[in-house]
Amino acid sequence: MKYLLLKHYRGNPAPVGDDVPMDRWTPAEIDAHIQYMQDFAVRLEGTGEFVDGQALSPEGTFVRYDGEGRPPVTDGPFAETKDLIAGWMVIDVESYDRALELAGELSAAPGRGGKPLHEWLEVRPFLAHPPTVTD
Amino acid sequence: MDPQLVRELAPQVIGVLVRRGADFASAEDAVQEALLKAWQAGVSDLPADPKGWLVTTAWRKYLDAVRSDVARRGREEKLDLEPAPGPTEQADDTLRLYFLCAHPSLSPASALALTLRAVGGLTTRQIAAAYLVPEATMAQRISRAKRAVAEVRWDRPGDFSTVLKVLYLVFNEGYSGDVDLTLEAIRLTRQLAGLTDDEEVAGLLALMLLHQARRPARFGADGRLIPLAEQDRSRWNTSLIAEGVEILQAALSRDRLEEYQAQAAIAALHADARSVGETDWVQIVGWYDELVRLTDNPVARLNRAVAVGEADGGRAGLAALGEIDPGLPRFAAVSAHLHEKAGDAVAAAQLYADAARVAGNAAERDHLTRQAARLRQPTGG
Repeated sequence: MKYLLLKHYRGNPAPVGDDVPMDRWTPAEIDAHIQYMQDFAVRLEGTGEFVDGQALSPEGTFVRYDGEGRPPVTDGPFAETKDLIAGWMVIDVESYDRALELAGELSAAPGRGGKPLHEWLEVRPFLAHPPTVTD
Repeated sequence: MDPQLVRELAPQVIGVLVRRGADFASAEDAVQEALLKAWQAGVSDLPADPKGWLVTTAWRKYLDAVRSDVARRGREEKLDLEPAPGPTEQADDTLRLYFLCAHPSLSPASALALTLRAVGGLTTRQIAAAYLVPEATMAQRISRAKRAVAEVRWDRPGDFSTVLKVLYLVFNEGYSGDVDLTLEAIRLTRQLAGLTDDEEVAGLLALMLLHQARRPARFGADGRLIPLAEQDRSRWNTSLIAEGVEILQAALSRDRLEEYQAQAAIAALHADARSVGETDWVQIVGWYDELVRLTDNPVARLNRAVAVGEADGGRAGLAALGEIDPGLPRFAAVSAHLHEKAGDAVAAAQLYADAARVAGNAAERDHLTRQAARLRQPTGG
């Protein structure tokens, strides 16, 4: 079963831990945080559970169709209040419980002073391919 | 060497090596090396007896590896195990390979991967593509599975039910890419059925063939799910149905009914009807009763409620549904169908919409959404 672990910049409940933005951490704290994420991905490669993971730029633009012959409408960069995806990881695991367990570990990535960030992560199941047999 | 032949032979040769005392991973390495040698030799130099040649070459490769591995010289003792030349007991070896790959110590995902690799002879890349994961991920999954079974004793056959479950899981993945897992599962189950006269192996093979026969009609050209009642039955594969029914009847005649035979019997009754109206629902309910008795599986109870609804009407179906845990996947979808059948379109529309929200795949979600929308049209259209 595949699950998407979504990291949000905003739009999630406030973490219980230290909520100081990353740009105020020390470089060593940032390195430790990133290293944790990389080690996590490498470990999941080792267990055969890693599918994909990417970080995303904070810059994003909403776009929509505005009628025949007209250029698409954009509302410019996301306003401060909008939800924003910072990155994702796709895992392929045995069960929902395992997905929760791994998301919990990822949320424990260290922040300032090496303490767990307690960051919220969203866990979303993929809609699977239709099985051969349903009826 | 012909890839199809390699897929047939590689597992058999691994089986021979493992029975002679090689550990699983080394046996596979040795067979890979032997295949490489065969490939390098070119088509014109192919041996007359490819399997015998592969066994001999792979066993030598294995011995070379053991001899050069000074740190593991304890394995030298295995040199003594080399049997005298003669016919091999390939059937038994391949059968044991099935049991090893589906060993209960493995998680289902690992057992699937190892079975496709070792018994199916697929490449890691093919398996990774079938499961839509990176090749490196699948390689790790397979090597962990190999380590997990490295210590498993190889002295007695295992439990068929685990092997059958793994094969049925492969079948149900049903992706169609470089390797069609449905066809692969049928190929492996056929091979297994050739190695044993177990009734349940025959039952599973029959079940797969009967499902496979209906596969061309299950989805529209646009990928839309077409429910059984609306399928174009002229698109069902009659020769697969005939073969499945024949295999099933032979199995049932031995009077050792188990789960897959009962499921195949239900599938056969569906396949036998020229229209949904001609379906023998009363007999289907009877087979579901058997299935519930054999497995006490909640999904079987759920499907039984559908069959009761067809046999005795929507209200009877809803009564049967009343004994089932509403938390079960597809409960809402079944409840919607039975409510509609009982004439309660308003409740049915809401239940279809609820079911769509929790559907596990896009085709089913879209189908359920259309059902809800259909009932909410003012004309009832």
